[in-house]
Amino acid sequence: MAVARPRKQQRLVLALVALAVLAAAGVIAMFALEDTAAYFRAPADIEANPPAPGETFRLGGLVKPGSVGRSDDGLTLLFTVTDMKAETSASYRGLVPDLFREGQGVIATGRLDASGHFEAEQLLAKHDENYMPPEVAKALEGTGHPMDKTAAKGG
Amino acid sequence: MAATDFHALANPLRFQRFATIATPWLVLAGLGFLAVGLFIGLFVAPPDYLQGEVVRILYIHVPSAWFALGGYLGMALSALAARVWRHPLADLSVRAIAPVGALFAFLCLVTGSIWGRPTWGTWWVWDGRLTSMLVLFLLYLGVIALIHLHEDKAKGLKMAGYLAIVGTINLPIIKFSVEWWNTLHQPASIRISGSSIHPEMLTPLLLSAMGFLLLFAGIVLIRMRALIAEQRLEARALRRAARAG
Repeated sequence: MAVARPRKQQRLVLALVALAVLAAAGVIAMFALEDTAAYFRAPADIEANPPAPGETFRLGGLVKPGSVGRSDDGLTLLFTVTDMKAETSASYRGLVPDLFREGQGVIATGRLDASGHFEAEQLLAKHDENYMPPEVAKALEGTGHPMDKTAAKGG
Repeated sequence: MAATDFHALANPLRFQRFATIATPWLVLAGLGFLAVGLFIGLFVAPPDYLQGEVVRILYIHVPSAWFALGGYLGMALSALAARVWRHPLADLSVRAIAPVGALFAFLCLVTGSIWGRPTWGTWWVWDGRLTSMLVLFLLYLGVIALIHLHEDKAKGLKMAGYLAIVGTINLPIIKFSVEWWNTLHQPASIRISGSSIHPEMLTPLLLSAMGFLLLFAGIVLIRMRALIAEQRLEARALRRAARAG
């Protein structure tokens, strides 16, 4: 009988740990599935289903080539996010990730102002699934298809 | 013929003999592939046009992710076999795989986080891919906890097995998270239609992945042998106690 008590306690502790782990898994899953699990909204989503005024959300898409600039104060980054269907103009003040480039993906957290301009508080760079040496990328650019997915395959 | 061979391995004694011979070969070949793959990946392969040298973490991150998923599938199939056929080796396989798979999932999460900071600009986000991968790691931990939960080992293994089986729902979620939902993580580079990784980078990735696979198998065999030895010791101790009593 003396042996039974610590074993029971041990079982209880283990059961609680297992439950906590499972609960954590469940909560995290719920977290992710919120808003149908989309991490960001594309400009076309925003056009079709405009966010409430002042609502904070994530805007994602490609940085439109030729759209990146600085405002007159030199501190605010100006750029346009496109998903090839719609566009949203955006601005951001702060440190810009290295991979923020024209033609590459971007995810910005912020809100729309009254004129439909997006003011970002956080900027994340999204890269695509293509991996290649710089020379290959340069050669592809020469052919006019810098983002050609099939060109990178098979050399 | 193949089926006969497989059944022969299901005999614990024959399995022991097979595992004793196979283990050193698997570990040596795994270390060899890993060394060559990582050497080419870290020193010979070109940097990426966009990410520069940071891309080299790919050669660890991607194989860890593949075999964290592959290991889970192996564990869940073993659990299923254990429940349906009640074969003692199947339960041993669940116990042997769980911590190894958890380690690979952890390695994938850590290397991914280190990779995300300089490329994306963040250590972590709660997007579909990253979250479902974290859930995989927690599922592994859940299975390990349940194995040790019960005083009655058989009951603990049963519960762990059910969790492992139920958790397989997460595997397609991880795989397709980047297609079903908008995520920060990019879509798959290697598809049936081809690879969007340049061959000079794909070669070391595949070599490293082969190393990870062989090492995974080698470590699982080592663990299974250790678990069999442990069971024998316990059985012997029980017999002695019965004789003494």
